[in-house]
Amino acid sequence: MNKLIESIRERYGYSLVVLRGLVKTDFKLRYQGSFLGVAWSVLKPLMLFCVMYVVFGKFLRMSDGTPTYPVVLLLGISSWQFFQEATSVGLRSVVDRGDLLRKIHFPNYIVVVSATVGSMISYAINLVVVLIFALFARVQFTWRVLLVPLSIIQLYALALGVTLLFATMYVYFRDVAHIWDVLQQVLFYGMPIIYPLSYVTSRGGILAVLARLELINPIAQAIQDIRHNLIAPETQPTIWNQFDQWWVKAIPLLLTVILLWLGVHFFRRNSRKFAEVM
Amino acid sequence: MNTKTNSFDQAPVVLSVEHVAKSFKLPTEQATGLKQAFINWTKGIKGYKEQRVLRDISFEVHQGEFFGIVGRNGGGKSTLLKLISGIYVPDKGSIATNGKLVPFIELGVGFNPELTGRENVYLNGALLGFTHEEVEAMYDDIVAFAELEEFMDQKLKNYSSGMQVRLAFSVAIKAQGDILVLDEVLAVGDEAFQRKCDAYFSEVREDPTKTVILVTHDMAAVKKYCNRAILIRDGEIAASGDSGTVSEQYTLDNLAQEKKDAERERERLAKKAEQKYPNGLNERCPILKTIAVSPQVCVSSEPFKFDVEYQFDEDTDFYLAVAVHDIRRGGIPYDTGSKTFKMTKRGHQVAHFELPLDLFNNGEFRLLTSLRTPNPNNDEITDAVAVALDDNACEFVIRDPRNTKNYALLSDRAMQITQLND
Repeated sequence: MNKLIESIRERYGYSLVVLRGLVKTDFKLRYQGSFLGVAWSVLKPLMLFCVMYVVFGKFLRMSDGTPTYPVVLLLGISSWQFFQEATSVGLRSVVDRGDLLRKIHFPNYIVVVSATVGSMISYAINLVVVLIFALFARVQFTWRVLLVPLSIIQLYALALGVTLLFATMYVYFRDVAHIWDVLQQVLFYGMPIIYPLSYVTSRGGILAVLARLELINPIAQAIQDIRHNLIAPETQPTIWNQFDQWWVKAIPLLLTVILLWLGVHFFRRNSRKFAEVM
Repeated sequence: MNTKTNSFDQAPVVLSVEHVAKSFKLPTEQATGLKQAFINWTKGIKGYKEQRVLRDISFEVHQGEFFGIVGRNGGGKSTLLKLISGIYVPDKGSIATNGKLVPFIELGVGFNPELTGRENVYLNGALLGFTHEEVEAMYDDIVAFAELEEFMDQKLKNYSSGMQVRLAFSVAIKAQGDILVLDEVLAVGDEAFQRKCDAYFSEVREDPTKTVILVTHDMAAVKKYCNRAILIRDGEIAASGDSGTVSEQYTLDNLAQEKKDAERERERLAKKAEQKYPNGLNERCPILKTIAVSPQVCVSSEPFKFDVEYQFDEDTDFYLAVAVHDIRRGGIPYDTGSKTFKMTKRGHQVAHFELPLDLFNNGEFRLLTSLRTPNPNNDEITDAVAVALDDNACEFVIRDPRNTKNYALLSDRAMQITQLND
């Protein structure tokens, strides 16, 4: 066992050292020159949440009427924001760090991982904010909270897989950044984040069937699982309680694995050439 | 020098490069967008051409060596360095290192102007593969060497450029790697800084555990520090061995290149003037060429032998005159005079000469031969019919261990100034 740890440390020690250095630097530089500094990573989602809550919850009345709805909304937005930030920053990371990659040899994937880990840190801070709100809203926590880390890991794996895929393409084609911007909008509105799923399903007909299919999207499935298990087991629909067929339930998990594998494989096949291409 | 070279053969091999080849794709079409890529694909355009930078490179470096890689610009030196550092991957062949390799393609990789000096040292260290603890151990040394004690908590953007270089270089040389790879680092910095580098390199040279690979085109540095070197030309190893031999070869290479450049220039001129004969020659004397018989790198104890090939058919007296030009120092150290060698044979002939070199220090020389006829109006002077220029001239270099100071043309054997007693 000790030998295994030793060999892992030998193999990944350098990567870890570099990863730590880059993440630290990125975090220090993120709010460089701003008055409030790190506080922004809390303030930004809060402000965004206020806007969305007023617009969708009060003006458009999309709320499902439960008292936990605001916290659920905040949690959904934070989770989506993590995914969005990780992918958009990570997508450019290889090119942005081109000067490093051309002058020193280190595992290229580190720059992508460091970008996503940076977003993960913000996400962690946001989750603390969500928990505080949840306490104020008198949320009853259940044993299901223990399942939340699994879903967060799944969400991170998804973000990493997508980022690796797009970061590789971005080295060759800068168009990818714009394409991904649009795709993100499609994904965002195609998931029950700012609107409750019941808002669509309650209308009945073909729309209700289609809305249920939104949960097959692994990102939606992961975010819904986080909401369901952390805050509101009663009100939040997940793929587990919406479908009976086991193979439907397996689709999002399978998609996650495929995406991650595809990203890693695609990135590794091309990363040897990055220093030459850029 | 030779004994030093041999002493490393026993030491373990720390870097072995075997039959490495590398080529690059140079884009001929701008294909940075999906649209262009798609258009190229439908038209079947490859969009690039292959450039073979390294063809077949093999060498080994032993522990403790100070190894030089020299070559002209664009010869593939830097590509080889990046391959050794692992930034590029070879197309063919393999590279194996044994020990911690610390590459310095550029000083201060990853330096960020918004971070403090201290943070930058740690970041730079991390990128070079040192853990926080390892950098901590080196930190005081680094700061002391850079002489920046009171600036370490300032942001790097407030440093002068000289201070930045000092900090970067300190990290570089205090980094405790087994194999150091340096690329032209010596070319930067002021005189005091250069002296510091010099002291450091002399120290490393003596350290049997540290191996240094230096890539440069500065021959003086190679001769001074390296015990062994390779010369890379057109992607292949043109010479390898002790640094003296290699740097001589490099000097010759440069002479050849100069000649090639001159030839190109002449071709351009010739095209312009639609000339039929090479520069300096004409229909009266279509061939006049100075040819080296002795090797072009020679010692001064032996005379330099050369031939002059000429063709001259007119029924008149004619002479050959040879002038010795000093390429580096300038000037004409010697000239035979216009009427010294009266030729008797007409037609296509070869005449043999020899030139003693004992008086000279090391240097690069060029022999210019002219074919002359007497001036019909004035008996004293002659007219040049043709001159052997450019390709027809002959070049040679003197490299003699007896010559220790090579600033002046004449050696101590030729003359010495003596002080007179009052």
